[in-house]
Amino acid sequence: MRWLLSSTIVAAGVALAAGSAQAVDLTIVSWGGAYTASQQKAYHDPYMAANADVNIINDDNAAEGLAKVRAQVESNNVTWDIVDMVAADAITACDEGLIMEIDPDTWLAPAPDGTPASEDFFAGTLSPGGTNCFIPQIVYSTTFGYRTDAFEGDQPSTIADVFDMEKYPGKRSLERRPINNLEWALLADGVAPADVYATLSTDEGVQRALAKLDTIKDQVVWWTKGAQPPQLLADGEVVMASAYNGRLFSAIAEKNQPIAMLWDRQVFDLDGWVVPVGVKDLEAVKAYLYFATDTQRLADQAKFISYGPARYSSAPLVGNHADLGIDMKPHMPTDPNNAATIFDFDYVWWADHRAELDEVFNTWLAK
Amino acid sequence: MSTAADDTLRTADGVPLKTSLRRATARRRVRTFLLVVPILAFLMVTFVFPVVDMMFRSVDNQIVSSVLPRTTLAIQSWDPGSEELPPEFVYEALVLDIQESFKDKTLGRAGRRLNYEKSGVMSLFRKSGRRAKRITEAPFKDQVLAIDERWADLETWQLIHQESSALTESYFLSAADLRVDYKGEISWKAEERRIYLFLFYRTLWMSGLITVFCLLLGYPIAFLLATLPPRHSNLLLILVLLPFWTSLLVRTTAWIALLQSEGVLNDLMVFLGFISDDGRLQMIHNKIGTFVAMTHILLPFMILPLYSVMKTIPSSYMRAARSLGASPFTSFVRVYMPNTVPGIGAGCILVFILSIGYYITPALVGGRTGTFISNIIALHISETLNWGLAAALGVILLALVLLLYFLYDRIVGVANMKLG
Amino acid sequence: MIQDAQDIVVFDRVQKSYDGETLVVKDLNLGIKTGEFLTMLGPSGSGKTTCLMMLAGFEPATHGEIYLNDKPINKVAPHRRNIGMVFQDYALFPHMTVTENLGFPLKVRKFRKSEIEAKVKRALDMVRLPEFGGRRPGQLSGGQQQRVAVARALVFEPDIVLMDEPLGALDKNLREEMQYEIKHLHEELGVTIVYVTHDQSEALTMSNRIAVFNDGVIQQLASPSVLYEQPENRFVAQFIGENNRLHGRVKSVEGQHCHVDLDGGGTIRALNVRVEGAGVRTTLSLRPERVIVACQEGEVDNRIVGRVEELIYLGDHIRARLSVSGTEEFVVKIPNTDRHSALREGTDVNLGWAAEDCRALDAPAEVAEPA
Repeated sequence: MRWLLSSTIVAAGVALAAGSAQAVDLTIVSWGGAYTASQQKAYHDPYMAANADVNIINDDNAAEGLAKVRAQVESNNVTWDIVDMVAADAITACDEGLIMEIDPDTWLAPAPDGTPASEDFFAGTLSPGGTNCFIPQIVYSTTFGYRTDAFEGDQPSTIADVFDMEKYPGKRSLERRPINNLEWALLADGVAPADVYATLSTDEGVQRALAKLDTIKDQVVWWTKGAQPPQLLADGEVVMASAYNGRLFSAIAEKNQPIAMLWDRQVFDLDGWVVPVGVKDLEAVKAYLYFATDTQRLADQAKFISYGPARYSSAPLVGNHADLGIDMKPHMPTDPNNAATIFDFDYVWWADHRAELDEVFNTWLAK
Repeated sequence: MSTAADDTLRTADGVPLKTSLRRATARRRVRTFLLVVPILAFLMVTFVFPVVDMMFRSVDNQIVSSVLPRTTLAIQSWDPGSEELPPEFVYEALVLDIQESFKDKTLGRAGRRLNYEKSGVMSLFRKSGRRAKRITEAPFKDQVLAIDERWADLETWQLIHQESSALTESYFLSAADLRVDYKGEISWKAEERRIYLFLFYRTLWMSGLITVFCLLLGYPIAFLLATLPPRHSNLLLILVLLPFWTSLLVRTTAWIALLQSEGVLNDLMVFLGFISDDGRLQMIHNKIGTFVAMTHILLPFMILPLYSVMKTIPSSYMRAARSLGASPFTSFVRVYMPNTVPGIGAGCILVFILSIGYYITPALVGGRTGTFISNIIALHISETLNWGLAAALGVILLALVLLLYFLYDRIVGVANMKLG
Repeated sequence: MIQDAQDIVVFDRVQKSYDGETLVVKDLNLGIKTGEFLTMLGPSGSGKTTCLMMLAGFEPATHGEIYLNDKPINKVAPHRRNIGMVFQDYALFPHMTVTENLGFPLKVRKFRKSEIEAKVKRALDMVRLPEFGGRRPGQLSGGQQQRVAVARALVFEPDIVLMDEPLGALDKNLREEMQYEIKHLHEELGVTIVYVTHDQSEALTMSNRIAVFNDGVIQQLASPSVLYEQPENRFVAQFIGENNRLHGRVKSVEGQHCHVDLDGGGTIRALNVRVEGAGVRTTLSLRPERVIVACQEGEVDNRIVGRVEELIYLGDHIRARLSVSGTEEFVVKIPNTDRHSALREGTDVNLGWAAEDCRALDAPAEVAEPA
């Protein structure tokens, strides 16, 4: 029955596609809001200008990307062409066989100086967690912002300050999941960065991290959507919050909120493109990706949002903000001044421990 | 009915009356059926299939045996209770399975499946997939053990043995904070991982309280709606329905703006001197937030069934009760209220069922202490992709709803329920 | 108004307005005697139900006072008035059995359980439903529900029972049966009943006295026979029973009688009821059964020629519609005896009636003077 159903849908889809053979519709799924807008300006608009037969349809459902890609692939009814995913989700999707493997040097454009793509993207970013289904666009970081009017005298400057309720009293906001929070708790508790995951691999280590989090538990507002922490900071609901650096930049530079960045132990993550298995028009998808991930395009995106392009060759091309005219380089998480104490996030370790630690974390949270 | 042919009632031209009647009504029955075909098909596709599919996913375990067919077959001859590792031929089967599934890109799925039961299997499989390519000849066991020492761990093999069958109970056990070991013995999970029963419990009691709040707030409104002259009641009805015209997110965000500690309500109370600036009340990102926002969102679902029942209660009932000597209060309690029971039942069932399934609102305003089991289900659906566990949690939730519905039927009677 | 010693209810200059602009009840003065069956009769909107609701306590009087047993009750809550009431829709409580319905007024009065049982049983016997105590109202027929409603209004032995068009929902046969049943209950129990209806035959059948309402005013308060035989004004004559109207101008007044020139020709001698003097306009009212067909010269006071327009055979009598003095709606009822055989449609016939049967009443204001 399922086969009958899906083949009917596929047949209907084929019939529809045949009817509009001239124009190519590409459904590109992203996060909506300012992020999709930056992609629209940096990638979509120039691509459509150069290719009159291509029509790009934005779908803002990336937050549900993993589940929906799985549903589409399992029912043989793939309507999405390209999906924006964070690296951790891409690893899961790749493991599950839901997204296509990528050959960087045939799919992606080389750098202007001829360096092949496989060497021009930041090392390891094309194969997070050992998978090879992911095309990175940007490096973003999850880091802290704090209200500049909250504390007299010293302002918070290290990750330990986040956990220091005496010196820096007030509510905090953290993401409602174990990832990053457990690492930061251990780092604040004095664990050396290199030992964090080894510590967390033991029950005692997890309990140690939770015990550190216990010291601020009553004062934490837990966020689930990226838009929440900048809002909480802007409203004065919290004095410190973990957030995506681009969201904080927007609150600081575009909305002039009294917020400052705390870059210590920022956690890099990658956001990029994946292609669902069974995509209808692979050639059109590849043509778009070749264009949209080249050196200039990635550098262009940084004009509209403060995330760092994932290519070495793009970094020197990052210019000024398109509207504000300020130099974007110091606002990039990859800027040397910001990246001095980055924490190396371990995708593989989390793929192993996510299921278990979700339960542990949620139990701790509920009690 | 008589079997003798002579006794059969016949029409004027000798056809048995029953046959004739059946023919005469056949056309009508076909037409009736055709009328319901579209909705039937719609329900099958959008409701029955997904529910059945979900139920199946909660026990489906074919992924392990389909990715590791040789291994799961070979390991049947091994006793998981023995203190020894499986024999050489099991390792040989494993190597062949891993090589094949690594090429097909299916190894990761089995790894993720087994990783739910034991952290680390995921990376063990991925690592083994990359390295097993090189193994081409015996001894397989030694070479596999050389890849990763976890292949020498009895627990790894016990797990594969345990999850070899096509159906599994482990999702359901996990959803009830239980685990099963290779011996088939069921035990509680470690205490710091027991979360689901607690969340079920919290979901139920908070939803129950939300239902009570909706009833307490909605009953007077519904009474007003039903008794006011139409000119006023229409306006009131529009006010009641107004929340439906705004999106859920907007309403929820509005509650945040109202209730947060730097929000409108706290500002007002500080301004009026009820509380000090340092003593602002925490009314959101906790249970209170969930209660307030959910009660507000679900209130119309209580008011409308109540209103539709109350509208049909003639005003003469109350007057009759008064004329018979009952005070206004007695008249209301003894005569009016019993007649609204169908509406109370319908409203409560509706609100309660909607409440235990809500997840957006609790996620945004519930904070640490005001989130529901549905938030965890959503996490497993869209983030961890553990659909088996999500399905098991969903089936348990469904069973709870059916159980409550059954209890309601026994106590009040479903026939006594009126949705309008 | 001077209160009669035996009046159980007195309306004293009662006025009622819902919107503050128009009066639904205008200056009502009415005494209801203990033990009588008084019917408030009138078309819808005449104010009769409003009066009943004011008496029951569900509507406050805008002005004036209502007395029950000589005590003012304007400020007494409905449930303290001890007034039984039967509603148009019966208002039986659907969630209670018949026994519980009947027991309700006793229970709220804190009667003992055994007493309640005895009284309920007696009430069920009284309305001939002894077997139906365990049923719910929804399982009873319309007539049975009606009887239960009556029994419930009587079971707590109120001073007075109000009935608001209680038979309106029943079909014709059942309605007539119930009319007699209620009448008999009234006679047996001697309770005071105030009954509201718009059905004049129902009012005539059951009542001791009838108050005819129109436009917020009691037009006439009298026994059924007086109302029928001697209507005081045109409205009452028209509303109660069938009635022939002839319009004309008073020619002369002679004590109890007057002579009237009909607009359509002819002069009629009539009983002077509401005529102020010669020259004013008047409506003559004449019951169809009082008209003598083929009447001889000198047999009665009045004699006039009519043309038969239509004959309707009704078994026990024949109904004839005639053209008389300009109106084509003059109706005559002829007993089924051999006199009617003279009548043929389209032929002329002599009609006559006694002056005592023809009442000269007020003229409608809207009828214009004929040219």
